[in-house]
Amino acid sequence: MRKLIAIVVVAWAVASPAHAQESVRVFDAWARATILASRPGAAYLTIESAAKDRLLGLTTPVAGHVMIHAVEKDGDISRMKHIETLELPAGQRVTLAPGGMHLMLMGLQDKLSEGTAFPITLNFEKAGEIKVDVSVLGIAAEGPREAAE
Amino acid sequence: MTSIKTTQLRRIRFSLWILVAVSVLALGGAYFVRTIGVREPPPVTVSEAAIRSEFSLIDHNGNRVTEADFLGRWQLVFFGFTHCPDVCPTTLAYMANVLDRFGGEVERVAPIFITVDPSRDTPEVMAEYVQAFHPKLVGLTGSEAEVAAAAQSFRVYYERMEEETAPDGYLMAHSGHIYLMTPEGRFEDVFREGDQSAEKMAADVLASMNGKQ
Repeated sequence: MRKLIAIVVVAWAVASPAHAQESVRVFDAWARATILASRPGAAYLTIESAAKDRLLGLTTPVAGHVMIHAVEKDGDISRMKHIETLELPAGQRVTLAPGGMHLMLMGLQDKLSEGTAFPITLNFEKAGEIKVDVSVLGIAAEGPREAAE
Repeated sequence: MTSIKTTQLRRIRFSLWILVAVSVLALGGAYFVRTIGVREPPPVTVSEAAIRSEFSLIDHNGNRVTEADFLGRWQLVFFGFTHCPDVCPTTLAYMANVLDRFGGEVERVAPIFITVDPSRDTPEVMAEYVQAFHPKLVGLTGSEAEVAAAAQSFRVYYERMEEETAPDGYLMAHSGHIYLMTPEGRFEDVFREGDQSAEKMAADVLASMNGKQ
């Protein structure tokens, strides 16, 4: 029983916001393992801001450059579109997920290995800097929730 | 008074029988048309019918291969590129998930990943890449012209987009379809990751392979 409680507590800790800043919450940050270090990686997360804010950029020690990408569907064609800043409407969750918006990690120092984690710092116009840990999941992962199930 | 009432009732009854007869004829006619007569046109468009598995490319072991090397097997074909961080790994992982649901039938299937970015996706790169997804997955590359010809035979569109912040200054845009081709290399079906579960796609592909649509 004690073990079960411990597991529940750990699960709760994992599922809870990575950063409990009042105005902006960043959670479910994860990246897909990469096969080759010379290829860009993709990371995903969910942001919720109580007040209207704007994500200006991101930095991480594992990659030279982080870009926010949206995927535009033009009929059957998918085009990645570079987004300079990400608008965060007040009280609305903005989710980056496979097949949609993602963070493109370029110039990786090393390939992202499953089971590891790395920090990423988000720079918001009003909320300032928020640092979260990004869990590296397997190449077939679709999200952290699925992995927890 | 009574006779008038009876006549009226008879008229009403007669009208009702006419109505029943007309309904039966209409329904029967509609049923007849549906089963034997006019059918809805098949959902395959002209462009899909024109899709062919025809190519001459280099596989991830460095060998030249053509469609003839895959004839006799059902082919699952996806075009993408290894610098694609999101749609391609998502789709290839999905394809691998589908393959894992075939059981022994997987021997009848050839899963193929064709790069649209051959200048960066050499056979060596493709080897490392495809093996991370599934041991059966075959990676194909070639010259720009050979890849363009392969994409043309599958009616796959791709384009190079200049993007100065991207690695080497460009990204590729492409369609995210997985084509199911018959053992004769003809178009059978098309799927897209996200449209249905891997389980459903595996069931649909197996139904095609076993002739049950």
